Amino acid sequence: MPRTGRIAGQIIAYGLFAAGLGYFSNAPVYTWLDPGFALINLSFSHAGQRKEECRRLTPAEIAATAPNMRQPLDCPRERVPVAAELVLDGISLLSKSYKPTGLARDGASSAYERIPVRPGQHQLTVRLRDSRRGDGFDYEENISINLRPRQNFVVDFRDNPGRFVFK
Amino acid sequence: MIHLKKILRTGFEYMEDVFDAAFGPAWNPFYQLGALGWFYYWIVISSGIYLYIFFDTGITDAYLSVEYLTHEQWYAGGVMRSLHRYASDALVIMMLMHLLREFAMDRFRSSRWFAWFTGIPMLWFVFSAGITGYWMVWDRLAQYIAIVTTGWLDTLPFFGESIARNFLSNADLSGRFFTLMVFLHIALPLLLLFIMWIHIHRHTQPKVNPPLGLAAGTLVMLLVVSLVKPAVSHAPADLGIVPAVIGLDWFYLPIYPLLDRYPGEAMWMVLGVITLLLLLLPWLPSGKQQAVAVIDLDNCNGCGRCVADCPFSAISLGPRSDNTGYEQEAVVDNRHCTSCGICVGACPTATPFRRRSGLTAGIELPELQISEVRDKTLAATGKLGGNDRILVFGCQHSMDLSALEDSRTGVVSMPCIGMLPPSFLDFVLSKNLADGVFLTGCRDGDCYFRLGIRWTDARICGERDPELRQRVPQQRIRTYWGGLTRSKQFLRELDAFRNGLNALATCNQNVPEPGQEGNGHKDIGNA
Ligand code: HEM
Ligand code: SF4
Ligand code: SF4
Repeated sequence: MPRTGRIAGQIIAYGLFAAGLGYFSNAPVYTWLDPGFALINLSFSHAGQRKEECRRLTPAEIAATAPNMRQPLDCPRERVPVAAELVLDGISLLSKSYKPTGLARDGASSAYERIPVRPGQHQLTVRLRDSRRGDGFDYEENISINLRPRQNFVVDFRDNPGRFVFK
Repeated sequence: MIHLKKILRTGFEYMEDVFDAAFGPAWNPFYQLGALGWFYYWIVISSGIYLYIFFDTGITDAYLSVEYLTHEQWYAGGVMRSLHRYASDALVIMMLMHLLREFAMDRFRSSRWFAWFTGIPMLWFVFSAGITGYWMVWDRLAQYIAIVTTGWLDTLPFFGESIARNFLSNADLSGRFFTLMVFLHIALPLLLLFIMWIHIHRHTQPKVNPPLGLAAGTLVMLLVVSLVKPAVSHAPADLGIVPAVIGLDWFYLPIYPLLDRYPGEAMWMVLGVITLLLLLLPWLPSGKQQAVAVIDLDNCNGCGRCVADCPFSAISLGPRSDNTGYEQEAVVDNRHCTSCGICVGACPTATPFRRRSGLTAGIELPELQISEVRDKTLAATGKLGGNDRILVFGCQHSMDLSALEDSRTGVVSMPCIGMLPPSFLDFVLSKNLADGVFLTGCRDGDCYFRLGIRWTDARICGERDPELRQRVPQQRIRTYWGGLTRSKQFLRELDAFRNGLNALATCNQNVPEPGQEGNGHKDIGNA
């Protein structure tokens, strides 16, 4: 190839590469959330109750354990899952149960949910169950919210005393 | 898989033909992917050091300091920022192409597993370094990355506390996380450098610097994109507002949109399995392992030429283990040897002129001993007639030459053309076994065994030991480096060479005929 042809070829190659770099480093845009929506972000890290009550060991049982391991109570460490429910304007947004973490299922339950909703005025009900009861909820809160488009509305749960926190 | 590789290799070669035309073999970026990777890396590091001088750590300070660099100091800090971004992006492209190409060209199996294996962790390091880099800016993109990444990390079983909860709301945000990001963003590239160094550990003369012309072109290109389309931030992060529509860096973040669609655990699994498969690839269809080079001490004088020419650092000189007067002997490290035979081509004892009936070189490939190469040379030339007889020496990693054989053309193939000692050219021509010798193999600038073509060219030009003797008429020697796909040009070159030989035979009767130096034919007979 003649010299000018080669130089032109190189300029084209560099140009295409540069255009690719310049373009794809920032485009095409990605729509993570329809900008016409708002987001309800339910997130908590909360430990449910122990699955079973502590039980007083009988003297015979205590005698059967190694001397350095003896204690009066036997407390199974496993916890119950934590259940949560979100209801927006009477319509259920979420109803889910979160397993305790840890190999022995003795850690806190963690939730992280992102739910797109229409912006505007809403009635939000949040419920949470962390006890051994089979149904019903231990905590419930009802609030009125006015969501802006793209707003990230956080529903969190704090321990001691247990209550919902809205951010 | 063999088919896939062949298709890929063919594709690469056609593409490389175009680039060979524009850049020439010496500057062809496809032959310099690893070196370009190093070059981009150094650009990233030097621009990064500049940015770091002005970068403030902190939830609002980080963003503001980057804004200052980008806008107030656009002529220096802004350009540095853009270079930092675009060279990092180019590094990803180069790395993936390099991976694909090494795969297509089959340069990762048997003893060559090492570079492949150490290449895989680099993928993780490069991507993680890029992700932490975008995180540090703390704009909307960083916010998106923080939320998605921490959510994804939370799906791994080893973090007790949820990390994503650190990014729930502005009130939950802690400056400590940013200190961690800065630390990671410095530590990961340094670890990467360490692996890059290990990666080329087994290569003699690794190509870590692209040729000047290519380096200059690349730098100018990066500067031009940096000025035409400077890297800028998105709006500052605000955890109260969802970064709904974002311009992603698709080189670093292509899996992020997938994380919205598929569970994080599944993505870890998929990436884990891909990584594992890639790591194991050199052994999956390991193929037949060729026998490695062996030293024949009776013929080795410890000259060290094989050490200098081995492309894979597989030979060293050690103290002599026998009672000859020599001080050193060559020692082959079996784990590194790729059975290319280039060492044989370098050994001064590998000459077909040797009279002793048992021709053995100081270093030999058990599967193709040098005596066998001589036998094949004699057999291939024995059938030829006319005054344009050509003996083609070729390599087994390029086009199939067997179809060439006819009454005027003989073929002898070996693992790499670098295995051919130059004395064979002298031998063929001076003993009038053929009228011309044609050498072929991989592409110029891209030898399958890295250095075979380079050493062959240098030996023929008399620039590297063992040199081709000056008495050998250069017009009876031709080289053409065609690879797998350039068969048409190859045949054209061969024809042109033959025409040249015909012309020599008819119009230049005075050329001193080779073979007058009295190397007895008896010798050939016993070989
Ligand atoms: C930052 C990324 C990387 C850089 C800078 C880099 C650089 C290099 C360099 C300079 C060479 C030597 C080339 C030569 O002199 O012949 C090389 C060889 C090689 N690389 Fe990489 N590399 C990178 C990533 C990878 C990856 C991801 C893989 C694939 C898994 C890989 C696989 C290989 C292989 C198989 C060889 C050896 C080829 C042979 O034996 O001839 N590299 N690399
Ligand atoms: S055959 Fe020789 S040159 Fe090739 S890798 Fe083995 S020792 Fe090195
Ligand atoms: S080139 Fe041959 S003689 Fe020289 S050290 Fe190597 S094996 Fe021995």
